[in-house]
Amino acid sequence: MDTETMAAETRAKRPIRWHVGVFLAPAVLVYTAFMILPLFGTLQLSLFRNIEQSQVFVGLGNFRTLFGDPNWSVNFWNALRNNVWFFIIHMLVQNPIGILLAALLSSPRLRFTAFYRTAIFVPTILSFVIVGFAWKLILSPIWGVAPHLMDFVGLKSFFTPWLGKEQYALTALSLVSVWQFVGIPMMLIYAALLSIPDEVIEAAECDGVTGMAQFWKIKLPLILPSIGIISILTFVGNFNAFDLIYTAQGALAGPNYSTDILGTFLYRAFFGFQLQVGDPNMGAAIATIMFLIILAGVCVYLFLVQTRLRRYQF
Amino acid sequence: MSTATRSLPRTIGAHAILVTYTVIALFPVILVVMNSFKSRAGIFGAPLTPPTANTFDLIGYTTVFGQGDFFHYFQNSLVVTVASLFFVLLFGAMAAFALSEYRFRGNTLMGLYLALGIMIPIRLGTVAILQLMVASGLVNTLTALILVYTAQGLPLAIFILSEFMKQVSNDLKNAGRIDGLSEYTIFFRLVLPLVRPAMATVAVFTMIPIWNDLWFPLILAPSEETKTVTLGAQLFLGQFVTNWNAILAALSLAILPVLILYVIFSRQLIRGITSGAVK
Repeated sequence: MDTETMAAETRAKRPIRWHVGVFLAPAVLVYTAFMILPLFGTLQLSLFRNIEQSQVFVGLGNFRTLFGDPNWSVNFWNALRNNVWFFIIHMLVQNPIGILLAALLSSPRLRFTAFYRTAIFVPTILSFVIVGFAWKLILSPIWGVAPHLMDFVGLKSFFTPWLGKEQYALTALSLVSVWQFVGIPMMLIYAALLSIPDEVIEAAECDGVTGMAQFWKIKLPLILPSIGIISILTFVGNFNAFDLIYTAQGALAGPNYSTDILGTFLYRAFFGFQLQVGDPNMGAAIATIMFLIILAGVCVYLFLVQTRLRRYQF
Repeated sequence: MSTATRSLPRTIGAHAILVTYTVIALFPVILVVMNSFKSRAGIFGAPLTPPTANTFDLIGYTTVFGQGDFFHYFQNSLVVTVASLFFVLLFGAMAAFALSEYRFRGNTLMGLYLALGIMIPIRLGTVAILQLMVASGLVNTLTALILVYTAQGLPLAIFILSEFMKQVSNDLKNAGRIDGLSEYTIFFRLVLPLVRPAMATVAVFTMIPIWNDLWFPLILAPSEETKTVTLGAQLFLGQFVTNWNAILAALSLAILPVLILYVIFSRQLIRGITSGAVK
Protein backbone atom coordinates (compact mmCIF):
# COMPACT_ATOMS: atom_id res chain seq x y z
CA MET A 1 0.00 0.00 0.00
CA ASP A 2 1.53 3.32 -0.90
CA THR A 3 1.65 6.17 1.53
CA GLU A 4 -0.90 8.20 -0.43
CA THR A 5 -3.78 5.83 0.15
CA MET A 6 -2.75 5.25 3.76
CA ALA A 7 -2.88 8.95 4.46
CA ALA A 8 -6.22 9.18 2.75
CA GLU A 9 -7.45 6.27 4.79
CA THR A 10 -6.45 7.75 8.11
CA ARG A 11 -8.01 11.04 7.12
CA ALA A 12 -11.21 9.28 6.30
CA LYS A 13 -11.11 7.27 9.49
CA ARG A 14 -10.46 10.26 11.66
CA PRO A 15 -13.83 10.94 13.24
CA ILE A 16 -15.40 14.36 13.32
CA ARG A 17 -14.39 15.81 16.64
CA TRP A 18 -17.80 16.58 18.00
CA HIS A 19 -16.43 17.48 21.40
CA VAL A 20 -14.71 20.62 20.02
CA GLY A 21 -18.10 21.85 18.91
CA VAL A 22 -19.74 20.86 22.16
CA PHE A 23 -17.12 22.74 24.15
CA LEU A 24 -17.44 25.86 22.03
CA ALA A 25 -21.16 25.92 21.32
CA PRO A 26 -22.70 27.29 24.55
CA ALA A 27 -20.27 30.21 24.86
CA VAL A 28 -20.43 31.09 21.18
CA LEU A 29 -24.22 30.87 21.09
CA VAL A 30 -24.87 33.03 24.15
CA TYR A 31 -22.19 35.53 23.17
CA THR A 32 -23.43 35.80 19.60
CA ALA A 33 -27.11 35.98 20.50
CA PHE A 34 -26.87 38.53 23.30
CA MET A 35 -23.83 40.55 22.40
CA ILE A 36 -22.80 40.49 18.74
CA LEU A 37 -26.22 40.31 17.08
CA PRO A 38 -27.74 43.05 19.28
CA LEU A 39 -24.72 45.22 18.57
CA PHE A 40 -25.25 44.89 14.83
CA GLY A 41 -28.99 45.09 15.32
CA THR A 42 -28.49 48.44 16.99
CA LEU A 43 -26.25 49.67 14.18
CA GLN A 44 -28.94 48.61 11.73
CA LEU A 45 -31.77 50.24 13.68
CA SER A 46 -29.95 53.55 13.53
CA LEU A 47 -30.59 53.61 9.78
CA PHE A 48 -34.36 53.33 10.13
CA ARG A 49 -37.09 55.60 11.39
CA ASN A 50 -40.55 54.84 12.69
CA ILE A 51 -42.97 56.57 10.35
CA GLU A 52 -46.67 55.78 10.78
CA GLN A 53 -46.06 52.61 12.77
CA SER A 54 -43.63 51.08 10.33
CA GLN A 55 -39.87 51.08 10.12
CA VAL A 56 -38.70 53.03 7.09
CA PHE A 57 -35.14 53.06 5.83
CA VAL A 58 -33.78 56.60 6.02
CA GLY A 59 -30.06 56.01 5.46
CA LEU A 60 -28.06 58.45 7.47
CA GLY A 61 -31.12 60.58 8.19
CA ASN A 62 -31.04 60.00 11.93
CA PHE A 63 -27.44 61.11 12.08
CA ARG A 64 -28.28 64.24 10.09
CA THR A 65 -30.96 64.96 12.69
CA LEU A 66 -28.55 64.25 15.50
CA PHE A 67 -25.86 66.59 14.16
CA GLY A 68 -28.01 69.25 12.56
CA ASP A 69 -31.51 69.50 14.05
CA PRO A 70 -31.27 71.99 16.95
CA ASN A 71 -33.68 69.86 19.04
CA TRP A 72 -31.05 67.13 19.11
CA SER A 73 -27.74 68.63 18.11
CA VAL A 74 -27.51 71.12 21.00
CA ASN A 75 -27.82 68.29 23.49
CA PHE A 76 -25.64 65.96 21.49
CA TRP A 77 -22.67 68.31 21.14
CA ASN A 78 -23.06 69.31 24.77
CA ALA A 79 -22.97 65.65 25.86
CA LEU A 80 -19.99 64.94 23.64
CA ARG A 81 -18.08 67.98 24.92
CA ASN A 82 -18.84 67.02 28.52
CA ASN A 83 -17.75 63.47 27.84
CA VAL A 84 -14.43 64.65 26.44
CA TRP A 85 -13.88 66.81 29.53
CA PHE A 86 -14.83 63.82 31.72
CA PHE A 87 -12.15 61.78 29.93
CA ILE A 88 -9.52 64.55 30.16
CA ILE A 89 -9.98 64.82 33.93
CA HIS A 90 -9.53 61.07 34.28
CA MET A 91 -6.37 61.12 32.20
CA LEU A 92 -4.91 64.10 34.03
CA VAL A 93 -5.88 63.17 37.57
CA GLN A 94 -6.74 59.49 37.90
CA ASN A 95 -3.85 57.99 35.96
CA PRO A 96 -1.03 60.16 37.40
CA ILE A 97 -2.30 59.55 40.95
CA GLY A 98 -2.55 55.84 40.17
CA ILE A 99 1.02 55.79 38.87
CA LEU A 100 2.29 57.74 41.87
CA LEU A 101 0.60 55.40 44.34
CA ALA A 102 1.87 52.35 42.46
CA ALA A 103 5.42 53.74 42.42
CA LEU A 104 5.28 54.33 46.17
CA LEU A 105 3.77 50.91 46.85
CA SER A 106 6.44 49.15 44.87
CA SER A 107 9.35 50.79 46.66
CA PRO A 108 11.40 48.04 48.26
CA ARG A 109 11.21 47.28 51.97
CA LEU A 110 8.16 49.46 52.49
CA ARG A 111 5.85 48.05 55.14
CA PHE A 112 2.03 47.79 55.23
CA THR A 113 1.80 47.76 51.42
CA ALA A 114 -0.82 45.01 51.50
CA PHE A 115 -2.98 47.15 53.74
CA TYR A 116 -2.65 50.28 51.59
CA ARG A 117 -3.35 48.30 48.44
CA THR A 118 -6.48 46.73 49.87
CA ALA A 119 -7.78 49.99 51.34
CA ILE A 120 -7.22 52.13 48.26
CA PHE A 121 -9.01 49.58 46.11
CA VAL A 122 -12.17 49.61 48.27
CA PRO A 123 -14.01 52.40 46.36
CA THR A 124 -13.56 50.50 43.10
CA ILE A 125 -15.66 47.58 44.27
CA LEU A 126 -18.54 49.75 45.49
CA SER A 127 -21.57 50.27 43.32
CA PHE A 128 -22.14 53.60 41.57
CA VAL A 129 -25.33 54.01 43.54
CA ILE A 130 -23.40 54.02 46.80
CA VAL A 131 -20.60 56.22 45.49
CA GLY A 132 -22.87 58.74 43.81
CA PHE A 133 -25.17 59.10 46.76
CA ALA A 134 -22.50 59.07 49.45
CA TRP A 135 -20.66 61.92 47.73
CA LYS A 136 -23.89 63.77 47.12
CA LEU A 137 -24.46 63.71 50.87
CA ILE A 138 -20.89 64.69 51.70
CA LEU A 139 -20.88 67.63 49.29
CA SER A 140 -24.36 68.70 50.35
CA PRO A 141 -24.49 72.09 52.07
CA ILE A 142 -27.34 70.77 54.25
CA TRP A 143 -25.19 68.21 55.98
CA GLY A 144 -22.14 70.43 56.06
CA VAL A 145 -19.45 67.75 56.18
CA ALA A 146 -17.47 69.24 53.31
CA PRO A 147 -17.43 72.85 54.62
CA HIS A 148 -16.68 71.50 58.08
CA LEU A 149 -13.65 69.60 56.79
CA MET A 150 -12.46 72.54 54.73
CA ASP A 151 -12.65 74.65 57.86
CA PHE A 152 -9.90 72.47 59.35
CA VAL A 153 -7.46 73.62 56.68
CA GLY A 154 -8.79 77.16 56.57
CA LEU A 155 -10.45 76.87 53.16
CA LYS A 156 -14.05 77.17 54.26
CA SER A 157 -14.60 80.31 52.19
CA PHE A 158 -13.94 78.29 49.04
CA PHE A 159 -16.87 75.96 49.63
CA THR A 160 -19.84 76.14 47.31
CA PRO A 161 -22.43 73.49 46.56
CA TRP A 162 -20.40 72.15 43.67
CA LEU A 163 -22.90 69.61 42.41
CA GLY A 164 -25.54 72.31 42.14
CA LYS A 165 -23.54 74.80 40.12
CA GLU A 166 -23.39 74.49 36.36
CA GLN A 167 -19.75 75.48 36.03
CA TYR A 168 -18.45 73.01 38.67
CA ALA A 169 -20.84 70.04 38.66
CA LEU A 170 -19.21 68.06 35.85
CA THR A 171 -15.69 68.52 37.20
CA ALA A 172 -16.84 67.56 40.70
CA LEU A 173 -18.48 64.39 39.41
CA SER A 174 -15.43 63.54 37.31
CA LEU A 175 -13.32 63.78 40.44
CA VAL A 176 -15.74 61.52 42.31
CA SER A 177 -15.36 59.03 39.49
CA VAL A 178 -11.58 59.42 39.73
CA TRP A 179 -11.82 58.74 43.46
CA GLN A 180 -13.74 55.57 42.71
CA PHE A 181 -11.50 54.16 39.98
CA VAL A 182 -7.98 55.19 40.95
CA GLY A 183 -7.47 51.63 42.21
CA ILE A 184 -7.44 50.17 38.69
CA PRO A 185 -4.46 52.11 37.25
CA MET A 186 -2.75 51.71 40.60
CA MET A 187 -3.03 47.91 40.50
CA LEU A 188 -2.08 47.51 36.84
CA ILE A 189 0.95 49.81 37.12
CA TYR A 190 1.92 48.17 40.39
CA ALA A 191 1.89 44.79 38.68
CA ALA A 192 4.02 46.18 35.85
CA LEU A 193 6.52 47.70 38.28
CA LEU A 194 6.82 44.43 40.18
CA SER A 195 7.63 42.58 36.98
CA ILE A 196 10.72 44.69 36.31
CA PRO A 197 13.59 42.34 37.18
CA ASP A 198 15.93 43.25 40.02
CA GLU A 199 18.99 43.08 37.76
CA VAL A 200 17.79 46.10 35.78
CA ILE A 201 17.30 48.11 38.96
CA GLU A 202 20.65 46.95 40.37
CA ALA A 203 22.43 47.89 37.17
CA ALA A 204 20.87 51.33 37.39
CA GLU A 205 21.99 51.68 41.00
CA CYS A 206 25.53 50.69 40.07
CA ASP A 207 25.50 53.51 37.55
CA GLY A 208 24.33 55.88 40.26
CA VAL A 209 20.78 56.25 38.94
CA THR A 210 18.54 56.23 42.02
CA GLY A 211 15.35 57.75 43.38
CA MET A 212 13.39 60.05 41.07
CA ALA A 213 15.90 59.79 38.24
CA GLN A 214 15.60 56.03 38.38
CA PHE A 215 11.84 56.24 38.13
CA TRP A 216 11.82 58.63 35.18
CA LYS A 217 14.67 57.09 33.23
CA ILE A 218 14.43 53.36 33.96
CA LYS A 219 11.03 52.38 35.28
CA LEU A 220 8.72 54.72 33.38
CA PRO A 221 9.89 53.62 29.92
CA LEU A 222 9.46 50.01 31.01
CA ILE A 223 5.87 50.50 32.16
CA LEU A 224 4.75 52.49 29.09
CA PRO A 225 2.80 49.50 27.67
CA SER A 226 0.80 49.34 30.90
CA ILE A 227 0.15 53.06 30.73
CA GLY A 228 -1.17 52.46 27.22
CA ILE A 229 -3.53 49.80 28.57
CA ILE A 230 -4.87 51.95 31.39
CA SER A 231 -5.40 54.80 28.92
CA ILE A 232 -7.52 52.69 26.61
CA LEU A 233 -9.43 51.17 29.54
CA THR A 234 -10.12 54.69 30.82
CA PHE A 235 -11.23 55.77 27.35
CA VAL A 236 -13.67 52.89 26.89
CA GLY A 237 -14.98 53.22 30.44
CA ASN A 238 -15.51 56.97 30.18
CA PHE A 239 -17.28 57.03 26.83
CA ASN A 240 -19.57 54.30 28.10
CA ALA A 241 -20.23 55.84 31.52
CA PHE A 242 -23.77 56.41 32.71
CA ASP A 243 -24.39 55.12 36.22
CA LEU A 244 -22.58 57.73 38.31
CA ILE A 245 -24.23 60.70 36.58
CA TYR A 246 -27.60 58.98 36.71
CA THR A 247 -27.42 58.23 40.43
CA ALA A 248 -26.02 61.60 41.43
CA GLN A 249 -27.90 63.95 39.09
CA GLY A 250 -30.73 61.88 37.62
CA ALA A 251 -31.50 61.23 33.96
CA LEU A 252 -31.74 64.96 33.25
CA ALA A 253 -28.05 65.31 34.21
CA GLY A 254 -28.65 68.61 35.91
CA PRO A 255 -28.11 71.41 36.69
CA ASN A 256 -29.32 72.39 33.23
CA TYR A 257 -27.71 69.42 31.42
CA SER A 258 -24.27 70.52 32.56
CA THR A 259 -23.30 66.97 33.55
CA ASP A 260 -24.92 65.27 30.55
CA ILE A 261 -22.64 62.71 28.91
CA LEU A 262 -23.30 60.34 26.01
CA GLY A 263 -24.57 57.56 28.30
CA THR A 264 -27.26 59.70 29.95
CA PHE A 265 -28.13 61.29 26.60
CA LEU A 266 -28.61 57.81 25.12
CA TYR A 267 -30.82 56.83 28.04
CA ARG A 268 -33.08 59.89 27.62
CA ALA A 269 -33.27 59.52 23.86
CA PHE A 270 -34.09 55.83 24.06
CA PHE A 271 -36.58 55.88 26.91
CA GLY A 272 -37.77 59.43 26.89
CA PHE A 273 -37.98 61.49 29.98
CA GLN A 274 -40.72 63.77 31.22
CA LEU A 275 -42.06 65.55 28.10
CA GLN A 276 -39.74 63.90 25.63
CA VAL A 277 -41.00 60.67 24.05
CA GLY A 278 -38.60 57.76 23.75
CA ASP A 279 -37.26 57.02 20.30
CA PRO A 280 -35.44 53.69 19.85
CA ASN A 281 -34.08 54.69 16.44
CA MET A 282 -32.47 57.88 17.73
CA GLY A 283 -31.22 55.88 20.71
CA ALA A 284 -29.65 53.43 18.30
CA ALA A 285 -28.08 56.32 16.38
CA ILE A 286 -26.47 57.66 19.57
CA ALA A 287 -25.30 54.15 20.52
CA THR A 288 -23.79 53.87 17.03
CA ILE A 289 -21.87 57.11 17.53
CA MET A 290 -20.62 55.81 20.89
CA PHE A 291 -19.64 52.56 19.20
CA LEU A 292 -17.68 54.43 16.53
CA ILE A 293 -15.93 56.62 19.12
CA ILE A 294 -14.91 53.59 21.18
CA LEU A 295 -13.91 51.64 18.08
CA ALA A 296 -11.76 54.55 16.91
CA GLY A 297 -10.09 54.70 20.33
CA VAL A 298 -9.41 50.96 20.34
CA CYS A 299 -8.02 51.10 16.80
CA VAL A 300 -5.72 54.00 17.65
CA TYR A 301 -4.53 51.98 20.60
CA LEU A 302 -4.01 48.74 18.69
CA PHE A 303 -2.40 50.15 15.57
CA LEU A 304 -0.56 53.23 16.79
CA VAL A 305 0.21 52.79 20.46
CA GLN A 306 0.72 49.09 20.84
CA THR A 307 2.84 48.59 17.74
CA ARG A 308 5.13 51.52 18.58
CA LEU A 309 5.67 50.57 22.21
CA ARG A 310 8.13 47.79 22.50
CA ARG A 311 7.15 45.12 24.95
CA TYR A 312 10.10 44.12 27.07
CA GLN A 313 10.19 40.41 27.67
CA PHE A 314 12.29 39.38 30.60
CA MET B 1 25.56 54.64 55.17
CA SER B 2 24.49 57.34 52.83
CA THR B 3 21.64 55.35 51.31
CA ALA B 4 20.21 54.63 54.77
CA THR B 5 20.19 58.27 55.83
CA ARG B 6 18.68 59.31 52.53
CA SER B 7 16.01 56.67 52.50
CA LEU B 8 14.53 57.42 55.93
CA PRO B 9 12.88 60.72 54.97
CA ARG B 10 11.83 59.13 51.71
CA THR B 11 10.16 56.25 53.55
CA ILE B 12 8.35 58.68 55.82
CA GLY B 13 7.28 60.68 52.79
CA ALA B 14 5.99 57.56 51.06
CA HIS B 15 4.01 56.54 54.13
CA ALA B 16 2.63 60.06 54.49
CA ILE B 17 1.29 60.09 50.92
CA LEU B 18 -0.09 56.55 51.15
CA VAL B 19 -1.78 57.18 54.49
CA THR B 20 -3.31 60.39 53.17
CA TYR B 21 -4.70 58.63 50.15
CA THR B 22 -5.96 55.71 52.23
CA VAL B 23 -7.85 58.19 54.39
CA ILE B 24 -9.34 59.82 51.28
CA ALA B 25 -10.37 56.41 49.96
CA LEU B 26 -11.95 55.15 53.15
CA PHE B 27 -13.33 58.35 54.66
CA PRO B 28 -16.65 58.49 52.75
CA VAL B 29 -17.34 54.82 53.47
CA ILE B 30 -16.60 55.16 57.17
CA LEU B 31 -18.57 58.39 57.39
CA VAL B 32 -21.69 56.81 55.89
CA VAL B 33 -21.55 53.64 57.98
CA MET B 34 -20.78 55.57 61.18
CA ASN B 35 -23.64 58.03 60.76
CA SER B 36 -26.14 55.33 59.88
CA PHE B 37 -26.13 54.33 63.55
CA LYS B 38 -27.04 57.80 64.77
CA SER B 39 -30.16 59.75 65.49
CA ARG B 40 -31.09 62.63 63.20
CA ALA B 41 -29.76 65.17 65.70
CA GLY B 42 -26.51 63.23 65.91
CA ILE B 43 -26.12 63.08 62.12
CA PHE B 44 -26.44 66.82 61.73
CA GLY B 45 -25.01 67.95 65.07
CA ALA B 46 -21.70 66.13 64.93
CA PRO B 47 -21.29 64.26 61.63
CA LEU B 48 -17.62 63.49 62.20
CA THR B 49 -17.83 61.78 65.60
CA PRO B 50 -18.64 58.10 66.07
CA PRO B 51 -22.03 57.34 67.60
CA THR B 52 -22.12 57.87 71.35
CA ALA B 53 -24.65 56.63 73.89
CA ASN B 54 -26.56 59.87 73.32
CA THR B 55 -26.69 59.81 69.57
CA PHE B 56 -26.91 56.04 68.96
CA ASP B 57 -30.11 55.17 67.16
CA LEU B 58 -31.22 52.38 64.83
CA ILE B 59 -34.24 54.27 63.45
CA GLY B 60 -32.70 54.30 59.96
CA TYR B 61 -32.43 50.52 59.83
CA THR B 62 -35.96 50.01 61.13
CA THR B 63 -37.25 52.36 58.41
CA VAL B 64 -35.39 50.50 55.70
CA PHE B 65 -36.54 47.09 56.83
CA GLY B 66 -40.08 48.40 57.34
CA GLN B 67 -40.42 50.13 53.96
CA GLY B 68 -38.31 48.67 51.23
CA ASP B 69 -38.49 45.04 50.33
CA PHE B 70 -34.73 44.83 50.61
CA PHE B 71 -34.54 41.18 51.46
CA HIS B 72 -36.35 40.30 48.26
CA TYR B 73 -34.10 42.59 46.16
CA PHE B 74 -31.12 41.03 47.80
CA GLN B 75 -32.35 37.59 46.84
CA ASN B 76 -32.80 38.69 43.21
CA SER B 77 -29.27 40.09 43.08
CA LEU B 78 -27.93 36.89 44.55
CA VAL B 79 -29.79 34.67 42.07
CA VAL B 80 -28.69 36.78 39.09
CA THR B 81 -25.07 37.02 40.20
CA VAL B 82 -24.64 33.38 41.14
CA ALA B 83 -26.39 32.05 38.03
CA SER B 84 -24.47 34.35 35.67
CA LEU B 85 -21.24 33.48 37.42
CA PHE B 86 -21.95 29.76 37.04
CA PHE B 87 -22.63 30.05 33.32
CA VAL B 88 -19.70 32.37 32.68
CA LEU B 89 -17.32 29.99 34.43
CA LEU B 90 -18.73 26.80 32.89
CA PHE B 91 -19.18 28.03 29.30
CA GLY B 92 -16.06 30.18 29.52
CA ALA B 93 -13.88 27.30 30.71
CA MET B 94 -15.31 24.97 28.07
CA ALA B 95 -14.64 27.43 25.25
CA ALA B 96 -11.21 28.29 26.63
CA PHE B 97 -10.38 24.58 26.70
CA ALA B 98 -11.49 24.11 23.11
CA LEU B 99 -9.44 27.10 21.97
CA SER B 100 -6.28 26.19 23.85
CA GLU B 101 -6.36 22.42 23.46
CA TYR B 102 -7.47 21.62 19.94
CA ARG B 103 -6.16 22.78 16.61
CA PHE B 104 -8.97 23.28 14.19
CA ARG B 105 -9.64 25.51 11.24
CA GLY B 106 -10.61 29.00 12.35
CA ASN B 107 -9.16 28.63 15.84
CA THR B 108 -7.41 32.01 15.85
CA LEU B 109 -10.35 33.68 14.18
CA MET B 110 -12.71 32.26 16.81
CA GLY B 111 -10.40 33.50 19.54
CA LEU B 112 -10.41 37.01 18.08
CA TYR B 113 -14.18 36.94 17.63
CA LEU B 114 -14.68 36.04 21.28
CA ALA B 115 -12.13 38.64 22.41
CA LEU B 116 -14.02 41.46 20.65
CA GLY B 117 -16.33 41.79 23.61
CA ILE B 118 -13.49 42.68 25.97
CA MET B 119 -13.18 46.13 24.43
CA ILE B 120 -16.65 46.81 23.05
CA PRO B 121 -19.16 47.28 25.87
CA ILE B 122 -22.34 45.21 25.62
CA ARG B 123 -24.31 48.28 26.72
CA LEU B 124 -24.11 49.72 23.20
CA GLY B 125 -26.39 46.95 21.98
CA THR B 126 -29.08 47.80 24.53
CA VAL B 127 -31.68 49.01 22.04
CA ALA B 128 -31.65 45.70 20.17
CA ILE B 129 -31.30 43.65 23.37
CA LEU B 130 -34.50 45.19 24.69
CA GLN B 131 -36.32 44.43 21.42
CA LEU B 132 -35.05 40.87 21.58
CA MET B 133 -36.25 40.46 25.15
CA VAL B 134 -39.64 41.99 24.34
CA ALA B 135 -40.00 39.63 21.37
CA SER B 136 -39.11 36.59 23.46
CA GLY B 137 -41.22 37.66 26.42
CA LEU B 138 -38.28 37.81 28.78
CA VAL B 139 -38.71 41.43 29.89
CA ASN B 140 -38.96 41.69 33.66
CA THR B 141 -37.52 38.26 34.27
CA LEU B 142 -34.26 37.44 35.98
CA THR B 143 -33.49 35.14 33.03
CA ALA B 144 -33.02 38.19 30.80
CA LEU B 145 -30.43 39.61 33.17
CA ILE B 146 -28.65 36.28 33.54
CA LEU B 147 -28.38 35.84 29.75
CA VAL B 148 -27.04 39.35 29.21
CA TYR B 149 -24.53 39.13 32.05
CA THR B 150 -23.35 35.74 30.85
CA ALA B 151 -22.66 37.22 27.42
CA GLN B 152 -20.98 40.20 29.05
CA GLY B 153 -18.68 38.10 31.24
CA LEU B 154 -17.66 35.48 28.68
CA PRO B 155 -15.05 37.35 26.60
CA LEU B 156 -12.73 38.22 29.49
CA ALA B 157 -13.27 34.82 31.12
CA ILE B 158 -12.33 32.96 27.94
CA PHE B 159 -9.33 35.20 27.40
CA ILE B 160 -7.91 34.74 30.91
CA LEU B 161 -8.78 31.04 31.22
CA SER B 162 -7.26 30.04 27.89
CA GLU B 163 -3.98 31.67 28.96
CA PHE B 164 -4.00 29.45 32.03
CA MET B 165 -5.14 26.30 30.24
CA LYS B 166 -2.18 26.52 27.88
CA GLN B 167 0.02 25.93 30.93
CA VAL B 168 -1.62 22.63 31.91
CA SER B 169 0.81 19.83 31.11
CA ASN B 170 0.16 17.90 27.89
CA ASP B 171 1.61 14.72 29.37
CA LEU B 172 -1.15 14.62 31.93
CA LYS B 173 -3.90 14.96 29.32
CA ASN B 174 -2.26 12.43 27.01
CA ALA B 175 -1.87 9.97 29.89
CA GLY B 176 -5.60 10.35 30.45
CA ARG B 177 -6.27 9.70 26.74
CA ILE B 178 -4.15 6.55 26.80
CA ASP B 179 -6.16 5.35 29.78
CA GLY B 180 -9.22 5.74 27.63
CA LEU B 181 -10.77 8.80 29.22
CA SER B 182 -13.11 10.76 27.01
CA GLU B 183 -12.31 14.39 26.18
CA TYR B 184 -15.14 15.44 28.49
CA THR B 185 -13.71 13.50 31.42
CA ILE B 186 -10.28 14.96 30.74
CA PHE B 187 -11.74 18.45 30.85
CA PHE B 188 -13.91 18.03 33.93
CA ARG B 189 -11.71 15.69 35.97
CA LEU B 190 -8.15 16.68 35.03
CA VAL B 191 -8.06 20.21 33.67
CA LEU B 192 -10.74 22.04 35.65
CA PRO B 193 -9.30 21.23 39.10
CA LEU B 194 -5.90 22.47 37.93
CA VAL B 195 -7.14 25.87 36.83
CA ARG B 196 -9.21 26.49 39.95
CA PRO B 197 -7.08 29.49 41.06
CA ALA B 198 -7.64 31.15 37.68
CA MET B 199 -11.36 30.40 37.94
CA ALA B 200 -11.47 32.18 41.29
CA THR B 201 -9.83 35.24 39.78
CA VAL B 202 -12.27 35.27 36.88
CA ALA B 203 -15.13 34.82 39.33
CA VAL B 204 -14.18 37.92 41.27
CA PHE B 205 -13.73 40.01 38.11
CA THR B 206 -17.08 38.85 36.76
CA MET B 207 -19.01 39.21 39.99
CA ILE B 208 -18.31 42.83 40.89
CA PRO B 209 -19.70 44.50 37.75
CA ILE B 210 -22.75 42.23 37.74
CA TRP B 211 -23.63 42.90 41.37
CA ASN B 212 -23.13 46.65 40.93
CA ASP B 213 -24.80 47.08 37.54
CA LEU B 214 -27.65 49.57 37.34
CA TRP B 215 -28.18 49.89 33.58
CA PHE B 216 -29.62 46.48 32.68
CA PRO B 217 -31.84 46.05 35.75
CA LEU B 218 -33.21 49.53 35.03
CA ILE B 219 -33.96 48.71 31.40
CA LEU B 220 -34.68 44.98 31.28
CA ALA B 221 -36.14 44.17 34.69
CA PRO B 222 -37.48 47.22 36.56
CA SER B 223 -40.59 45.48 37.95
CA GLU B 224 -41.08 45.12 41.69
CA GLU B 225 -40.68 41.34 41.41
CA THR B 226 -37.29 41.42 39.70
CA LYS B 227 -35.56 44.47 41.12
CA THR B 228 -31.95 43.91 42.10
CA VAL B 229 -30.51 45.40 45.24
CA THR B 230 -28.63 48.10 43.28
CA LEU B 231 -31.77 49.27 41.51
CA GLY B 232 -33.83 48.93 44.70
CA ALA B 233 -31.35 51.06 46.61
CA GLN B 234 -31.36 53.65 43.83
CA LEU B 235 -35.15 53.97 43.87
CA PHE B 236 -35.32 53.87 47.63
CA LEU B 237 -32.78 56.70 47.88
CA GLY B 238 -34.82 58.72 45.43
CA GLN B 239 -37.97 58.32 47.51
CA PHE B 240 -36.42 59.04 50.88
CA VAL B 241 -34.37 62.06 49.88
CA THR B 242 -35.14 63.90 53.10
CA ASN B 243 -35.01 60.94 55.48
CA TRP B 244 -31.30 60.94 56.16
CA ASN B 245 -31.43 58.12 58.70
CA ALA B 246 -33.01 55.82 56.18
CA ILE B 247 -30.67 56.85 53.37
CA LEU B 248 -27.54 56.30 55.42
CA ALA B 249 -28.82 52.96 56.66
CA ALA B 250 -29.71 51.85 53.13
CA LEU B 251 -26.28 52.89 51.87
CA SER B 252 -24.58 51.00 54.68
CA LEU B 253 -26.64 47.90 53.96
CA ALA B 254 -25.60 48.12 50.31
CA ILE B 255 -21.94 48.60 51.21
CA LEU B 256 -21.53 45.87 53.81
CA PRO B 257 -22.08 42.65 51.81
CA VAL B 258 -19.72 43.81 49.06
CA LEU B 259 -17.16 44.93 51.61
CA ILE B 260 -17.26 41.60 53.46
CA LEU B 261 -16.89 39.64 50.23
CA TYR B 262 -14.04 41.94 49.22
CA VAL B 263 -12.17 41.42 52.47
CA ILE B 264 -12.52 37.65 52.03
CA PHE B 265 -11.46 37.63 48.38
CA SER B 266 -9.10 40.60 48.23
CA ARG B 267 -6.01 38.39 48.18
CA GLN B 268 -7.42 36.45 45.27
CA LEU B 269 -8.41 39.60 43.43
CA ILE B 270 -5.13 41.39 43.93
CA ARG B 271 -3.10 38.33 43.09
CA GLY B 272 -5.20 37.96 39.97
CA ILE B 273 -4.49 41.50 38.86
CA THR B 274 -0.83 41.53 39.76
CA SER B 275 -0.12 38.15 38.18
CA GLY B 276 -0.91 39.76 34.87
CA ALA B 277 -4.33 38.29 34.39
CA VAL B 278 -5.42 41.54 32.75
CA LYS B 279 -3.11 42.38 29.94
